Amino acid sequence: MYKIARENLPALCRAMAAGSELYLPVQKNGQVNFAPWEESVDEAALFTGLETLKTVKSPKDIFFPQSETLYTCKKDGKKLTVEPEAWKDQDFVVFGMKACDLQGLKVLDQVFLSDPVDTFYAARRQHGTIVALGCKEPETSCFCRLFGTDCTEPAADVAVWLTDAFLFWKPLTEKGEALTARLKEDGPLARAGEEDNARVEAEKAATRRIVERLPYSHLSLEGWNGDATDEKFGDPLWEELYKPCLACGTCTFVCPTCQCYDIKDYDTGHGIQRYRCWDSCMYSDFTMMAAANNRTSQMQRFRQRFMHKLVYFPANNDGMYSCVGCGRCVDKCPASLNIVKVIKAFAAGEKATAAKADGPALEKAADKGGEK
Amino acid sequence: MQEAMKECNPSVSSQILRERAGQLLTDGTVARVLAWKKGDLPHNPEPAFFDSAEALRDLTYDAFCGANLSKYMIEASKLEGKTLVFLKPCDTYSFNQLLKENRVDREKAYIIGIGCTGKLSGEKIRSLGIKAIETMEGAEEGMLCPGREDTETEDGRGAILTFQTLYGQKTCAYGDAMLERCHVCKGKEHKIYDELLGQSHDTKDAERFAEVERIEAMSPAERFAYFQSELSKCIRCNACRNVCPACSCRKCVFDSNKFDSAQKANADSFEEKMFHIIRAFHVAGRCTDCGECSRVCPQGIPLHLFNRKFIKDIDTLYGEYQAGDDAESKGPLTSFTFDDAEPGIVAERR
Repeated sequence: MYKIARENLPALCRAMAAGSELYLPVQKNGQVNFAPWEESVDEAALFTGLETLKTVKSPKDIFFPQSETLYTCKKDGKKLTVEPEAWKDQDFVVFGMKACDLQGLKVLDQVFLSDPVDTFYAARRQHGTIVALGCKEPETSCFCRLFGTDCTEPAADVAVWLTDAFLFWKPLTEKGEALTARLKEDGPLARAGEEDNARVEAEKAATRRIVERLPYSHLSLEGWNGDATDEKFGDPLWEELYKPCLACGTCTFVCPTCQCYDIKDYDTGHGIQRYRCWDSCMYSDFTMMAAANNRTSQMQRFRQRFMHKLVYFPANNDGMYSCVGCGRCVDKCPASLNIVKVIKAFAAGEKATAAKADGPALEKAADKGGEK
Repeated sequence: MQEAMKECNPSVSSQILRERAGQLLTDGTVARVLAWKKGDLPHNPEPAFFDSAEALRDLTYDAFCGANLSKYMIEASKLEGKTLVFLKPCDTYSFNQLLKENRVDREKAYIIGIGCTGKLSGEKIRSLGIKAIETMEGAEEGMLCPGREDTETEDGRGAILTFQTLYGQKTCAYGDAMLERCHVCKGKEHKIYDELLGQSHDTKDAERFAEVERIEAMSPAERFAYFQSELSKCIRCNACRNVCPACSCRKCVFDSNKFDSAQKANADSFEEKMFHIIRAFHVAGRCTDCGECSRVCPQGIPLHLFNRKFIKDIDTLYGEYQAGDDAESKGPLTSFTFDDAEPGIVAERR
């Protein structure tokens, strides 16, 4: 393990940014989000960024941007050219991701790196080195523990921990070692001693004790698995739960695992730019097809989101849930709805609805697909 | 002081709401109740429909019930029977405006105007460094708010909220945790109701147009930079539009796949301005300034400023006008008089 004095963090960022692009959480107009490092980022904004538990948006858009061009078609007289958008070919560093967001990336990997591989995403994963920060002072909306994540042990290329005086730095992969070697050459990293290890371990233990006391840490996911479609899909509870939903896309856009996208053409006047952009299953034209839309009510759209996270995704990915418990939806839903309330409502209603569990079979066939 | 608080506590407790709703459900006056349901954290109640006296046990009303329920009445108006809806004074302006636009059915609504003593913002509390709240005191409706003689503090910020958090006890002044809209409170009067429950308190402690004037005073370049930096935070989640009682089109132009204006992506890094500016124009003269857009924005964009600029201009050009003040009169932008401002006013006012 290595360490660097807290006051030298701006220097560390400059050193990381000197060799490659650097993304980190930065405060801008009151909100903390991941953004490219700029020399003009002042120290206060840097420390606020690193000390903020959760960025508003997850850092998924570094690997899967909200909007990206896939290719461009140009028409020049009778000549038609098609130019594919270049893949990421420069190394970059992401500094300050959290354990839940790393788990989010694993979910995205399942989708984008399995056959057929999404080359745009794969190129970014290949060139990105992730330095992840152990959590301190988790929020009541956090529930990563429910999904088996230890927020104090972010398993990235490098794991770091921030204390009052130091940032501790531990490379965990080859990529992490390479970055560490580069930074050692530039000077800012020093070897950490025994007492430092003890200090970091003590801080981790304190955080874990808090995690045990978080209100959502001990929820039960019993009944939520890849085989639960028949049981959960027709449950009358959905008709109750969706009602306050405003059908906005906040939950999907702040989520580290929502991966659905739409593909659209932008008319440039002399051709088109074909781009893809995040889509939301909350939107009325989600998965619209030539004939019609297979989900025609907000209840169906609402149900889709939670069934995808807790049933369809595990069904297709060896039991892996596509919720990581970051709690951003808990913090941000304008109507205070969220996946935790859904889990709790089903747990409470389990007995009452058991008798009706064989519910209507209609629509099931159309909705079962799950992923887009 | 505890005693004094109890005596002149103007609060309308959750229990009183539950009882009255229960009566109206049982005697058949209403078929359902639209109110707020207890959350699973101290600060996250949600809008909810209740259709049985038994379900009403989850009904709650506290300082976090900021959500304006008027817009849900569009859907409720399509249902069989009357819906009992609880509206705070400022929510009644939205209901009136929806009534004026024939989007809700007065016959389908039983409105209980409920007292409001200012609503709190979870985001503001978090921005004060108060997090991981386990329990709190003072959020019960009407317990504490600025301007009340019995709980007032010297600095005028209202009494102190006490939070038990995982990181120790924290406090803040009620006034420092209030939603922006409550600092420019429209007053205690309900503009439409069938009956009233509880008392309200005017929490106004700021000038409604002060921030608009500050922006008006900027140079065009400064102003552009200000809006660019704010609006480029937009993630096009549409929360502002979907919560807005004035945005009640059945199909929004930004959801139409017939235009290049679909909501999902920006053509450039500042294309969000199109969405927000068009929306502001569309709701001009109809926006009651309910503040829901800014309350729900996940990125903290002060969206209400656009609407408030239009309101200020309408006041200046056509005389003071408050959308939703009544359900009948024609608004200044939907009626014509020979005294109306000429288009040339734009050049004069530049």
